[in-house]
Amino acid sequence: MKQSRKSFPVFIGIAILLLLVILLENLSAFIPNLPQVFQPTSPLFTVLKKAAVYSLVAVSMNLLNGFTGLFSLGQAGFMLLGAYTYAILMVPAVQKEQVYYLFGGCAFDFSLLDMFEGIFGSGGAGGAIAMILACLIALILAGCVAGFFSYLIGIPVLRLKSDYLAIATLGFAEILRAIFQWQKLGKVTNGANMIKGFPTFSNFNITNGSGETVLRLSTFVPFLISALCILVIVLLINSSYGRAFKSIRDDEIAAEAMGVSLFKHKMMSFVISSFFAGVGGALFAMYVANAQAKAFTSVMTYEILLIVVIGGIGSVSGSVIATFLYVACSEWWLRFLDSEQYLGSFQVPLLRNGFRMVVFSIVIMVIVLFFSQGIMGNREINIGGLLKKISKRSERRS
Amino acid sequence: MEYVISVLLSGISVGGQYALIAIGYTLVYGILRLINFAHGDVFMVAGLMGIYFTATMPFSVSIPLVLILTVVLGFTIERAAYKPLRSAPRMSVMISAIGVSYLLQNTATYITGGQPMTYPVIPFLSDTVNVAGTQTKWVVIVTPFLVLLLVFALTMLINRTKVGMAMRAVSKDFETSRLMGIKINSVISVTFIIGSALAAVGSVLFFTNYPAITPTAGAMPGLKAFVAAVFGGIGSIPGAVIGAFLIGICETIIKGLPSAWDVSVFSDAFTFALLIIILIFKPQGLFGEAATDKV
Repeated sequence: MKQSRKSFPVFIGIAILLLLVILLENLSAFIPNLPQVFQPTSPLFTVLKKAAVYSLVAVSMNLLNGFTGLFSLGQAGFMLLGAYTYAILMVPAVQKEQVYYLFGGCAFDFSLLDMFEGIFGSGGAGGAIAMILACLIALILAGCVAGFFSYLIGIPVLRLKSDYLAIATLGFAEILRAIFQWQKLGKVTNGANMIKGFPTFSNFNITNGSGETVLRLSTFVPFLISALCILVIVLLINSSYGRAFKSIRDDEIAAEAMGVSLFKHKMMSFVISSFFAGVGGALFAMYVANAQAKAFTSVMTYEILLIVVIGGIGSVSGSVIATFLYVACSEWWLRFLDSEQYLGSFQVPLLRNGFRMVVFSIVIMVIVLFFSQGIMGNREINIGGLLKKISKRSERRS
Repeated sequence: MEYVISVLLSGISVGGQYALIAIGYTLVYGILRLINFAHGDVFMVAGLMGIYFTATMPFSVSIPLVLILTVVLGFTIERAAYKPLRSAPRMSVMISAIGVSYLLQNTATYITGGQPMTYPVIPFLSDTVNVAGTQTKWVVIVTPFLVLLLVFALTMLINRTKVGMAMRAVSKDFETSRLMGIKINSVISVTFIIGSALAAVGSVLFFTNYPAITPTAGAMPGLKAFVAAVFGGIGSIPGAVIGAFLIGICETIIKGLPSAWDVSVFSDAFTFALLIIILIFKPQGLFGEAATDKV
């Protein structure tokens, strides 16, 4: 009972957040002549979409690094698996010839989207249902494939100690990247070329008969999926399994002595984290509208790791906040550092292409060295507590 | 036959270049228990410095300058990014190392503008030579001998000098050696200095044989050198050298296989597969000591 009362404000908070996203996205349709920021083409929405995707991956990495104490650097590899699973399952059969033109078509003509469109029809409400179902199943399968491979690789590598585990998972991600770029598998993975033509976020915008967008949902969809997945991870962390994970993080030997099966729980954390990294990878493919092995390098893993560190290792809400800050800074707010700027007639020195990333990495180093707790440390934002505080304050005032 | 010789020759030389980087990893890991992710990027920065300095200065000045500045860089990184975290958990130091690597790569992108830079032609090293009917560069021949010479000097340093003894003591037991009056910080600095100097030598040899340097050019050789260090048993210098030669040779063999099989994309993946295999079957590596956990 206590648990449900505690989590109730969280659900309300998430629901309000999702509603706000829909509102924000459609603001420009209702109120004309808004500033450029609210137009659908504004960087605001790019940032929101990317951050929604990345926050899921960051939280999944935090589950492993922050809550179970397993230092894994394989996140990009599992994202790659998820992205490719989603892409291969979702490219419509009519598109396949064109996408795989270098290899003379795809090895299998199956597409989830076609299957469901065959059942529900491809237009109107039937098309919408087909689209949603196909996407949902493809996302879950993307997670499952990533989870399955993480199980296979977990059997040997989870026995390793911290830094060896890091380098082994990093290596595994590199192996996956090489396999997916292999020309011999071109009929499935399209070799080193990108797979495109599958439904992306913008396909979720509701259009009327003449093709005009009635209701934009392209930012709402990644938010919804990420929020659901993060919610599941939070529930897991708060369960008895989550407590077992934390006990492993704090002291393996003590945990084992208390009857926590080390291998079982490590494996569980690893597979679940990879599952959500896979879903995150699929969302990433939807975000960039293509799937290409080249994108999922170890730099991506480092980026996500740094986000987790900035947010605070061991804090889910910290990871989410840090993701939004990180993505907003790198994609939008610090963009001006990359081009020449003038204060009056004075040209600000140093500003040139690439300077943004230098500033960025210095900031990250400062955080790593001097604020090793990150934004949140290992605390969480407590919506219920916040509400209570606010209501108390207003009571006092009246 | 000629083809086989040329593949083997270049394999040995690539292996030698990896060995020079791998020693830096293995020394640092032996003492700090830290995978110095930034080491590969120090190697890349040394390469870039080589390009910029040789453009304006004669080789007799620029190459020693590259060596000195790389050493300064390695020293600074240790003092600025690792020393403040001496008492922090190992994971934080590793994250700091990743942060440094990110910083070096981004700074290199900023300075070069992200363009691949071609390495200068160094007289003698870049000249071609005829070995058993195959044309190669002198660097290919020189590398293994130079590596062996440097490794010999290094083992002498570690086994015969006072600093070397201190390094061995610190790698055995951090706390006790501190109690014995060893200045931990200066020993660690010496380790980083040696590692960076060898990486600088490695960069001159490696990039002479390489078309261009990009800001990420250091990451992959760095990781491979680390795998070599793990393969040979981390903390062991001969192990790292043997591991590096083995990986270099295997990699060039895979690259040299008939193009119809199209397996050259796996030349990097092979290294990591080797890593996972060695970690499963012999986690302490070829010459490493088995670690025991005290409860």
